[in-house]
Amino acid sequence: MSGNTHGPGAVDENGGGELVAAGGTAGRQHDAFGAAGSGDTSGFGRLVAPVPVLASSERPFGDADADAVYDALERVFPQLGDAVERAVVDRGELTLYVRREALPALARTLRDDPGLRFELLSSLSGVDYPDDLTGRRLHSVVHLTSMTHRRRLRVEVSVGDDDPTVPSLTGVWPTADWHEREAYDLFGIVYTGHPGLTRIMMPDDWTGHPQRKDYPLGGIPVDYKGATVPPPDERRSYS
Amino acid sequence: MTPNSTQQTHQPYEAGYAESASGRVYTVTGGDWEDVLGAGEQDAERIVVNMGPQHPSTHGVLRLVLEIEGETVTETRIVIGYLHTGIEKSCEYRTWTQAVTFLTRADYLAPLYNEAAYCLSVEKLLGITDQIPERATVIRVMVMELQRIASHLVWLATGGMELGATTAMIFGFREREKVLDLLEAITGLRMNHAFIRPGGLAQDLPDGVESAIREFLADMPKRIQEYHRLLTGQPIWKARMVDVNILDAAGCIALGTTGPVLRAAGLPWDLRKTMPYCGYETYEFDVPTALEGDSFARYLVRLEEMGESLRIVEQCLARLRPGPVMVADKKIAWPAQLSIGADGMGNSLAHIRNIMGTSMEALIHHFKLVTEGFRVPAGQVYTQIESPRGELGYHVVSDGGTRPFRVHVRDPSFVNLQAVPALTEGGQVADVIVGVASVDPVLGGVDR
Repeated sequence: MSGNTHGPGAVDENGGGELVAAGGTAGRQHDAFGAAGSGDTSGFGRLVAPVPVLASSERPFGDADADAVYDALERVFPQLGDAVERAVVDRGELTLYVRREALPALARTLRDDPGLRFELLSSLSGVDYPDDLTGRRLHSVVHLTSMTHRRRLRVEVSVGDDDPTVPSLTGVWPTADWHEREAYDLFGIVYTGHPGLTRIMMPDDWTGHPQRKDYPLGGIPVDYKGATVPPPDERRSYS
Repeated sequence: MTPNSTQQTHQPYEAGYAESASGRVYTVTGGDWEDVLGAGEQDAERIVVNMGPQHPSTHGVLRLVLEIEGETVTETRIVIGYLHTGIEKSCEYRTWTQAVTFLTRADYLAPLYNEAAYCLSVEKLLGITDQIPERATVIRVMVMELQRIASHLVWLATGGMELGATTAMIFGFREREKVLDLLEAITGLRMNHAFIRPGGLAQDLPDGVESAIREFLADMPKRIQEYHRLLTGQPIWKARMVDVNILDAAGCIALGTTGPVLRAAGLPWDLRKTMPYCGYETYEFDVPTALEGDSFARYLVRLEEMGESLRIVEQCLARLRPGPVMVADKKIAWPAQLSIGADGMGNSLAHIRNIMGTSMEALIHHFKLVTEGFRVPAGQVYTQIESPRGELGYHVVSDGGTRPFRVHVRDPSFVNLQAVPALTEGGQVADVIVGVASVDPVLGGVDR
């Protein structure tokens, strides 16, 4: 995988080899021959190299739902400035990058406040960014749905390899139970306060967390019509 | 009497008993309790049973561990992971287009939903959502709704079989076969189609399939009436399902349960209506609901949903206009034009003639797209659609490369299966069978 991208975020089509921080965590470097990290010299990849940037989107976001959610949060959650490291609107989706200490209180507010009412935890997934700029490679990403207001919200908490603990959300949304077991199993994120954090996909005696980026995919070479096809993670890669 | 059932054993699956920290643990492989426990073993009041196999999923991929007192279930534990094949991880080592072939195998009774949700995510990342041709979107909706019928029919068939209604099984699979014939004609495969691709569809509809779909639409309402006549008023069917495995709307939301289970509890939450995608807001259809929240209500909701899907398919047929089925951008659109040759489906001769003899540009596009794939701007999106089992969500992350950085499938079966303890604890052992069936889990999606 590419070694030069760190976080998700928006991009913008500015030229001239400058760093672009257009409301997202990642910018891009546009340069005649500056496509570092890509084997592409044909121009097919448009010679664009991503450059990571950590920045919040500017308020107002320009997206009605995102602004409504953030305004409501500012009204009812006074510690918002401390709790939220960044708030990013990208492709019409609001992401709150939250400090883990603030997660339980914020979650309860998101669920219970009449102006927010995120009753449904749709999804919780881990993502591993080995080159995260903050050094916290493991991200626990929650997707919330407000059935009352028909809105969606992404809440992201990132933790380092050395202390991969995140407060469990099972007390707020019981459905987080299996999601958190899966993220623990596959990424090694430890959810404190979870009632029974055991492996769910892999066997109980498995070592390692298979969906981390440094965990090999595995596989063996396969003979096919006289040629040998290497396993997928050893084949030629273009990104 | 089993000869060794009262003997101590150290083999994990052999009949006998072993001493453990919590007391003597018996492993039983058959016979009567009295023979197993023998005289004087009256302290064994805690019985743990591995349930099944009763559901197709319990033949090896779903383990139900029940703690029972007599016929009453005191605790249900669900053990999954037996079908974990690392689909999400494998996607990170393929191009954006190749990943479709993996993801279609997740929920194998609704493969087109996996493809659609993933492709909608990739298209949102690419920023080409509004460039998808109208014809491609209409065909997507049409094949999805056909598949919803097929999926509900499998549920009816397997659920009926578990309750001993083998006629329901025969009827369900009979009609499902007709849907699969249609999907085979359209996509080339009965299941695991890899038909919906980022940017559009793999190919256009073949000649004559529209009339075949119309025949199916004319036939199917009579079949649904047949199911009603066979099952809806049937005393045994009702005795097994009415007021059994009740879960109310608040419980559903807390446990994340969506789809027919939630709608049978009275909440008309259907993403096709509440958060529309693929132009569903322009179709005319109703969202069937029920108030009881029991297994029978879930049965009725699914049966009615089949009728609503027929309505949508009919509207799709009326909307089909000639046109492209793949996005116009040649840097994204899969280049090959497929046709059936002597050795099966492959690139059409016309396409090969074009790239090898006529157009250098077309050759470059073909070569680059097939070997390297296209790049997707960095970012992350979450797309949710209404699959036959509930909210199917895709969290897709790109780092700007030619391969997905992360694909997470929020599979409705995975989440809904969590509700089974709430449905079954405190009830009878026989109702566990109904409870698991009424949730309609597909373990390919649960374990991925």
